[in-house]
This record gives sequence, structure tokens and C-alpha cells, in this order.
Amino acid sequence: MSETTTAKHVSFLEYKGKYKGILGWIFSTDHKRVGLLYLYTMLVFFSIAAILGLLMKIQLIAPGYTIMGPQTYNSMFTVHGIIMIFIIVVPGLPAVFGNFFLPLMIGAKDVAFPRLNLASWWIYIIGILVVLSSQFLGGWPDTGWTFYAPYSFRTPANVLPALFGAFILGFSSILTGINFVVTIHRMRAPGMTWLKMPLFPWTLYATAWIQVLATPVIGITLLLTVMERVLGVGVFDPALGGDPILYQHLFWIYSHPAVYIMILPGMGAISEILPVFSRKSIYGYKAIVLSSLAIAFVGYFVWGHHMFTSGMSGRALYAFSFLTFLVAIPSAIKVFNWVATIHKGSLNLQTPFYWATSFIFVFMIGGLTGLVLGSLATNVHVHDTHFVVAHFHFIVFGGTGYAFMAALHYWFPKMFGRMYDASWANIGWATFFGGFLTLYLPMFALGLQGMPRRYYDYLPEFHTGNIISSLGAILMIAGALIVITNLVRSSRHGEKVTGKNPWGGRTLEWESDTPPTLENWDEIPKVTEGPYDYK
Amino acid sequence: MSEEKHHISSYKSHLFVLLALFVLTGASVAVTSLEMGPFNTLVAMLIAGGKAAIVLIWFMHLKFDNKLYAIFTTFVLVIFLLVLYVTFFDYSYR
Repeated sequence: MSETTTAKHVSFLEYKGKYKGILGWIFSTDHKRVGLLYLYTMLVFFSIAAILGLLMKIQLIAPGYTIMGPQTYNSMFTVHGIIMIFIIVVPGLPAVFGNFFLPLMIGAKDVAFPRLNLASWWIYIIGILVVLSSQFLGGWPDTGWTFYAPYSFRTPANVLPALFGAFILGFSSILTGINFVVTIHRMRAPGMTWLKMPLFPWTLYATAWIQVLATPVIGITLLLTVMERVLGVGVFDPALGGDPILYQHLFWIYSHPAVYIMILPGMGAISEILPVFSRKSIYGYKAIVLSSLAIAFVGYFVWGHHMFTSGMSGRALYAFSFLTFLVAIPSAIKVFNWVATIHKGSLNLQTPFYWATSFIFVFMIGGLTGLVLGSLATNVHVHDTHFVVAHFHFIVFGGTGYAFMAALHYWFPKMFGRMYDASWANIGWATFFGGFLTLYLPMFALGLQGMPRRYYDYLPEFHTGNIISSLGAILMIAGALIVITNLVRSSRHGEKVTGKNPWGGRTLEWESDTPPTLENWDEIPKVTEGPYDYK
Repeated sequence: MSEEKHHISSYKSHLFVLLALFVLTGASVAVTSLEMGPFNTLVAMLIAGGKAAIVLIWFMHLKFDNKLYAIFTTFVLVIFLLVLYVTFFDYSYR
């Protein structure tokens, strides 16, 4: 370890190492500081991408030109998607809470490779800078975040920096995944057997394997697209004997498992929060562990449901539809377990609990509408409509986003040693939740009516749904502003947390100092009980 | 953390790996001149798979390491093969 002074009972926030000020953060190998670096970076880019989303919804408040033309709109949804997917949601919970809490929850002093961990953040920043360089190297791409062939190498818009940036961001994800797999295998505290490990680390473990195995596929695919655009190699270009559907196969071989990279750690966080605020052991610990692994495994083989109208063979369509229905089973097992955990619990109605239960609500809507898309006949009707956009946002924003906010409100006192204002946190949650439903629910109806996605204009019959949806966007952004302002303010001026364990959690991180010290523990703890013993 | 014992491979073993890779690379080139229809890809993939296996087992010491690594590597390869199978399943029925 490169740090110079002793860390005994000095919080990681106040710790003075070799470097001071901001350098003490951006060159720190401490897993907690790396986690917070990711958090701050994501907060900045989430704000940017959310504003882009709001501008798109304002454009759609009325048919025709409102505040932007078609080319600007195309670039907006592309940049919104690239930032939200590659910079926010894919690294999301593992990068922030995985980095911060994985070592704490398994009783380790840091991750297995602290320098590699810091390098992952730097690679992440380099990837972001390359994406942003689009602004200075010929403008923004207009392909959507999916970069579909052959459009991505025929469009006159500037696509290369975004492709390279996404390629670089993938390395950050792979290295974090490797770090977590090794950390969980090698650094669990004495007595922490696999089945005494908390569920959040379990989901990080399942996610890490997907990160390591699936991310290289998107890296190769994006590089091939670059070669296609620059050199005209003809892998995907039908004019040169290539196959554009091969691009879709390769893209979704990564990008569907990526949905599980996004959602699995969120499910883990929810599985941590519900027992604490229900004062009850988690219902079906082993079932949740197995369903996490099953989601990670089966989730590999369902990518074709993104391509039902692309021209795949009929038999492949059946196979992918069947597999898609199959992956719904472990997801439903989790929902059952969460509801059963709350059932007859002694509920402590605090902000993390509100976020966690609303997560279940929106995730269920997202999951059930996913079955509409997994079914061949209905998919053909709603493919590439607003229905898909609504479903996607219910899962990715409603699922991962709500779980992220639940986790942030749950672990906030441990991370910063201060408590947020609960009233404002609850007002923020309620405003956000109301805005979210008002924004996305009408989009299901618009999709069923036939309104296509990715158009800056629409027919007059879609006007009512779009007005409601756009007003919902404004309400949701207001909620997000309340939540973020409250948390940012409280991280510096909130009431100090005196004890180690403000919520009464049973997992190991609550036994560390608040906020934790540099190496987390004076002595590595010994584990004798399971993580959710509330009897 | 305690130091673990590392297996040290002999020069003979490294030489075997090198020669095998040369021979199989030659075979990869040679089979391109044979007309085997849809099996062209399969044969090329099998030879490439053989080369990868030799590198993993001997050059990267999987044979001499903890069996857990071999289990995980096999698991990863099975997933990879399944992904290939599912992708080609579409192509073979178009």
C-alpha cells in the first residue's frame, strides 16, 4: 500500500496520504475513494443525460418542430443513450457500491487489486473523454446507442469517437469484473463461507462473470464497425458481402447480458435493504443466490429477442422466444422472495424502504411488459415503438435507477458519516415516483397505438399521450433535483451519525467505523452467523 | 497470504507447444484449399480450438494448477460454445 501515515480510526474521508486535495482522491487506491470517484462522475453525467432526455420530451410536447429539428433530435437520443448506458448504468452499482461495500461486506481491507481498481476508473475517464471529443472532432453521432449496421458506417455524422469511447469503457468494466471475482474468491473473512456471504456480493459475483465474459464481444464488434467505416472490410456491409444481422447478433450477445450487469447488483441491493427495514430474515436466501446465477447464465442466451423483426430464421425466433420466457422465472423467484420477506415484517418506513418497494413495483411492470416483447406475435406489433422505450426505461431506469437510489439512501450514513434530511428525501422520492409513472406509462399506450420510437415528430392522434408524458418528465426531473440537492447538501452539512449502525443492519459493513477507516478493520472480523439473522 | 508453489515447465514442454502451434497453423492454411461446404468453418474452428487448448493447458499451466481454475475455464468455454451454437443455429436454418 502506497499510503504514508497510519490510518487508525481516521475516516477515509479525512485521511491524509501521499497526495493532498483532489490528487489524494484521483490517485488513491482505497476502494472507498474509488467508489466515490465513480459516484461523483456518474452524478455529473447523469445530470447531463437527464437534461438531454428532458429536452427531447419538451420537443415531443407538440407535433412538429418545437425546440429542435430531426438531426439534433437524432443526436440527442444517441448521446442520451450512450451516456446513460455506457457511462452510468453499466458501471452503475458495481462501480459505486461494489467498490465501496464489497470489501466491507466480506470483511476485507480492500479489493484484490487496488491499483487495477484505480486504473479502471482512469480508463473509464479516458473512455468518457474520447466519447466527449465528438464535440470537437466533427459533431455528435446520430445512430442511436446501438450503432446498428449498415447505418453506422454509412452515416455522414461523426461516429468514430463514440465507438472508440465505448470500446475503451468496456475495458474498465472487464477489469472491475476480474477484480471482484478474485476478491470474492480470495478475500472473504474467516468463517464467511459461500452461503454466509451477503446477497449483494453474490449478485456482484454473478455480474462480474458477465462483465468478464460478455464485454469483449462488444469490444470486438465496435472495433469491427470502426474497421468497416474506415477500411471498408465488409464484415457487416451487405454491399461487400457482409451480413448486417451478424452485427446485431454480436451487439446483443453483449448488450442483452449487459441488462443483467445493470439489474443484478440492483437486485442484490434490494435484497440487502428489505430484511433490514422489515426486521426479518430474507426469505429464501439460497433461492435468491441460485436465481442470481440462473439469471446470469440464461441471460446469455436470450439476445435474439431484440431481433425478432430483423430477418432471423423461424426456428431461431422460436428458440429465443422460449429462452426469453425462461429467464423470467428466476426474476419472478426474486420478486416472490422480496414480497415474502416484507410479509408480516415489522416495517420501518424510511426512505430506502420506499425506494426499494417502488423498485419492486416498477420492476414488475417492466418485467411483465418484457413478456409482451418476448412473445413473437405481440413483438411484431410493438417492435420499435414507444412501447419498447417505456419497457426499457421501466427496467433500466425503474429497475437499476431505483435500486441505485435505494442503495444510496441506505448506505449514505455509512459512506459520509452524516444523515440526510428524511422529510426532503421522502418528498423527493414521492415527486420522482409520480413523475416517473406519468412520464413512462403513457408511452406504453402510445406504442400500442403505433407511435414509432426515435422520431422527432408524430401524428396528431398521439398528442394527448405525449403531453402527459412530457409533463411527467418535468415532474420527475423536479423530484430528481430535490433528491440530489438533499444528498449533496447532507454529505457536507447533514446531521452527524454517532453509532456504527443507524438502521440496525446485520451485515458486516455495519460493524466498521462510520465512515470507515482506510483499511476498514483493526482486525479482520470472524464470521460465525448468516447475514440476515433477525430472530 | 502464503506463497504458493509454482510449477516450472521444461524447455521440452515449451518446444512441444511451439511446434504444435506451427503444425496446426499450417493445417489451418491447408484446409482452406479443401472444399467442404458448410464444414469449412467447423474444421477451421476445431483447429483454432485445439490451438487454444494447447496454449491454455500447457503454456498457461492449467494442467498443473488448482483444479478450480480448470473448472472455471471449462465453464467459460462451454458458454462460448453455446453462444456460437445459438448464433449459427440462426444461420443454419435461414
